[in-house]
Amino acid sequence: MSFSTAGYQLAPVLPELVLAVGAMALLMLGAYRGQETTKAVTTLSVLLLIVVGVLEYLQPAGKTVTFGGSFIVDDFARFMKILALIGSAVTLVLSTEFLSDPSRRIFEYSILVLLSTLGMMVLISAGDLISLYLGLELMSLALYVVAASNRDNAKSTEAGLKYFVLGALSSGMLLYGASLIYGFTGTVSFTGIATAVTAANVGLVFGLVFLLAGLCFKISVVPFHMWTPDVYEGAPTPVTAFFASAPKVAALAVLTRVTLTAFPGIVSQWQQILVFVSIASMALGAFAAIGQSNIKRLMAYSSIGHMGFALVGLASGTVEGAQGVLMYIVIYVAMTLGSFSIILAMKRNGQAVEQISDFAGLSRTNPLLAFFFAMLLFSLAGIPPLAGFFAKWYVFVAAIKANLFTLAVIGVLTSVVGAYYYLAIVKTMYFDEPAGQVDPVRIEVRTVLAVAGVFNILFALFAGPVVSVASAAAKSLF
Amino acid sequence: MTTWPILSVTTFLPVVGALIVYLSRGDDEAARRNSRWIALWTTLITFAVSVILVMRFDPNSADFQFVEKANWLATGITYHMGVDGISLPFVILTTALMPFCIIASWKVTSRVREYMMAFLILETLMVGTFAALDLVLFYLFFEGGLIPMFLIIGVWGGPRRVYASFKFFLYTLLGSVLMLLAIMALYWNGNTTDIPTLMHTAVPRSLQTWAWLAFFASFAVKMPMWPVHTWLPDAHVEAPTAGSVVLAAILLKMGGYGFLRFSLPMFPLASHDFAPLIFTLSTIAIIYTSLVALMQEDMKKLIAYSSVAHMGFVTMGIFAGTMQGVAGGVFQMISHGIVSGALFLCVGIVYDRLHTREIAAYGGLVNRMPLYAMTFMVFTMANVGLPGTSGFVGEFMTLLGTFKVSIPTAFFATFGVILSAGYALWLYRKVVFGALVKPSLMSMKDLTLRECVTLFPMIALTILFGVYPKPVLDMSAASVQQLVNNYNTAVTAVKAAALLQ
Repeated sequence: MSFSTAGYQLAPVLPELVLAVGAMALLMLGAYRGQETTKAVTTLSVLLLIVVGVLEYLQPAGKTVTFGGSFIVDDFARFMKILALIGSAVTLVLSTEFLSDPSRRIFEYSILVLLSTLGMMVLISAGDLISLYLGLELMSLALYVVAASNRDNAKSTEAGLKYFVLGALSSGMLLYGASLIYGFTGTVSFTGIATAVTAANVGLVFGLVFLLAGLCFKISVVPFHMWTPDVYEGAPTPVTAFFASAPKVAALAVLTRVTLTAFPGIVSQWQQILVFVSIASMALGAFAAIGQSNIKRLMAYSSIGHMGFALVGLASGTVEGAQGVLMYIVIYVAMTLGSFSIILAMKRNGQAVEQISDFAGLSRTNPLLAFFFAMLLFSLAGIPPLAGFFAKWYVFVAAIKANLFTLAVIGVLTSVVGAYYYLAIVKTMYFDEPAGQVDPVRIEVRTVLAVAGVFNILFALFAGPVVSVASAAAKSLF
Repeated sequence: MTTWPILSVTTFLPVVGALIVYLSRGDDEAARRNSRWIALWTTLITFAVSVILVMRFDPNSADFQFVEKANWLATGITYHMGVDGISLPFVILTTALMPFCIIASWKVTSRVREYMMAFLILETLMVGTFAALDLVLFYLFFEGGLIPMFLIIGVWGGPRRVYASFKFFLYTLLGSVLMLLAIMALYWNGNTTDIPTLMHTAVPRSLQTWAWLAFFASFAVKMPMWPVHTWLPDAHVEAPTAGSVVLAAILLKMGGYGFLRFSLPMFPLASHDFAPLIFTLSTIAIIYTSLVALMQEDMKKLIAYSSVAHMGFVTMGIFAGTMQGVAGGVFQMISHGIVSGALFLCVGIVYDRLHTREIAAYGGLVNRMPLYAMTFMVFTMANVGLPGTSGFVGEFMTLLGTFKVSIPTAFFATFGVILSAGYALWLYRKVVFGALVKPSLMSMKDLTLRECVTLFPMIALTILFGVYPKPVLDMSAASVQQLVNNYNTAVTAVKAAALLQ
């Protein structure tokens, strides 16, 4: 095929190329036409993401590798990329209102989201430690800026700065780990590492721990979670929705790929780490969320807990486990975007309200909104027949098969504790007296909410196809 | 035999009704009336469809009937529905009681549409629980019921509704998640969650023990058994009348049904090993909660504790593993479903008039409400277990079945019959008899036509099943026989093997 450069096939990276070129073009458009183009740039960005998603979907089935093994496109990568693209596109749709405010007409916002998404796609397809780092940094640098995009707000600036400092630290740790691994195996490619690593030695395990620490920071699991509540609360709500969805998909994808394809020889080494991280996250997510009064902070702790649940699947280290991770992340993204669209919809007299007490009596002032949120909350708690139950089913079923009984028992017990604070919000909406009318909800927020809500409630009906796609994607890793 | 999926229709018809209620917009009086009537008709049609089930049911077969199977999640998890002689009575109990619940809720005025929708969705989940033949599907229905019930208690409940609804939800969830893990273990053991297949899959002894305990955690809470019964009095007291009826009559039966459907057939050895534990807990439940019931000042709380005691007879009978015990357990559950449901309706009737459930606030009602006094009397007697009422048959059979296995258990459980006479008659005397001196009671009206419509059919059933229990017993006989045979075969095989060694 002629579509190549320096002897490397370019067809597998076509979606990434389109995204990169498109992002540049939109940057030019914005730079030359000024901030009036914000709306146009946002709309075009969403379209671009959709086009890229379609291109990704049309990639030939099976596994293709390019750039000498640095870039892998397989079923797993396609699955995760399309999910990340959906997450980014929905976030941009949800950001329309935030960007329509005259003081916040910043077209760079959409460009940054696009670049961050490009980083995620590289990260998901990473086949060696170099492309992993490139993808991770491209994703993160854009995220740091987006977190601080509400320039005049002290909290938003603080969130951006905090995220940057801690993110830089974690990148450092990751690099240190990567260099140790390179030093002890003599290669950066995952397949090379897998062949070189057959038994654990101290230096290698050291490197592995640092590498995992860096990645755990990105999915914000205990003990690398400290930044999450502050950043979630401080960043503008659409940005928080973005943080909670697409970057988590990418980071979880790369964590899954690294552990399963680069270190299958020392499963017992990283399994211990993941079991600890998973238990700690589930427990912290469940207990720390109880005392929260701000809904965004609560969602932060909730996301920590959910990442802990997703890691239950990964800790099993089996095909079923990988499938569980995939199922979990799909459902998690849907639930998260749905929940954040509700938080965005909560406005009184044009002012966004974020306290849980502001949801009081929502079932009477806005029954449909309350109903969808209640169902999403029950789903986050893992109650059947909603989607969240299936997410938990697939990770725990993998853990049981891998004989991780302690992990499974602690996991389901923390899910009961977690149910308490989700129920507390349902209680506020349904049992308490109304706290006043809610402003009419904008059409794009309503659409996102309806799609996520219906997906969540009726998931049991079309779970079959999702399961088979996830199963095929999981198998492509082994 | 059937060309249309009759069981799925029975299960999902109420959801369709709930959708119609949702589509009937508005919040004025007309809209409320519409949603009441839609809900009533939905439950009546559902009941009519379930009657077809009874007519086409072959009671001589122990197999699952009306089986529907469809691909669902691949890898051994299917949409599989079907009923046998053990589950069909519970399906009918559910569909038959729901119209009464709707009629009993006619006076609900706040958020009627949501109320009716919650009850209709709850009905689907309850029928589904009894008709599911796949463990995952079963769990879906079983746990899904928590959501509408949580809202029913929390939105339309009494003053301590928040506490009661949380306690109900979290208690039940805690028990069930452990069962979920056991379901997963069974899935890997047999590579399927198909219940009929799993019934014929050998489960290793160690897994039996753990899985039995996990299922026990869930069903013991649901049943509820002593000492995890404490959520029940709170939930009963705070729930609206129809909510209490559903809770006592149907939701509690899911626990007993679970023991019959899973514990006994799938883990016979563990069931046999743990039978003494069940006997002890059941006896404590029967005696202790009866004594607690004697001390209650709230009518609903008293009936709630008496429910715990009566469920003690059920668990005792089921784990006796004899034909009489198991059949008696099934019968006792059906009978208790009717009787306790009716008792809660009776409490609801005076509560509607006086807005208190305190026993001390009543007295001498017979003077103003003769019809009510008569009705209440029948159900009180059935609760006591007077011969001639359905309550007697169930208690007698479970005691008989247990006597064959463990004489001390049967001996102590019999005290429960005496104690139940104590608290039930005491309640009746305090409320109905005595001088009518309290001024607030002077203007009490007797049963209205609507209330008669809800209560009289139940009186008829209570007495009919008391003197002629054959319809229920025949329906379940073949399935119970098979269950007991399989159980005994498994237990004897292990005993024989132990002797050989």
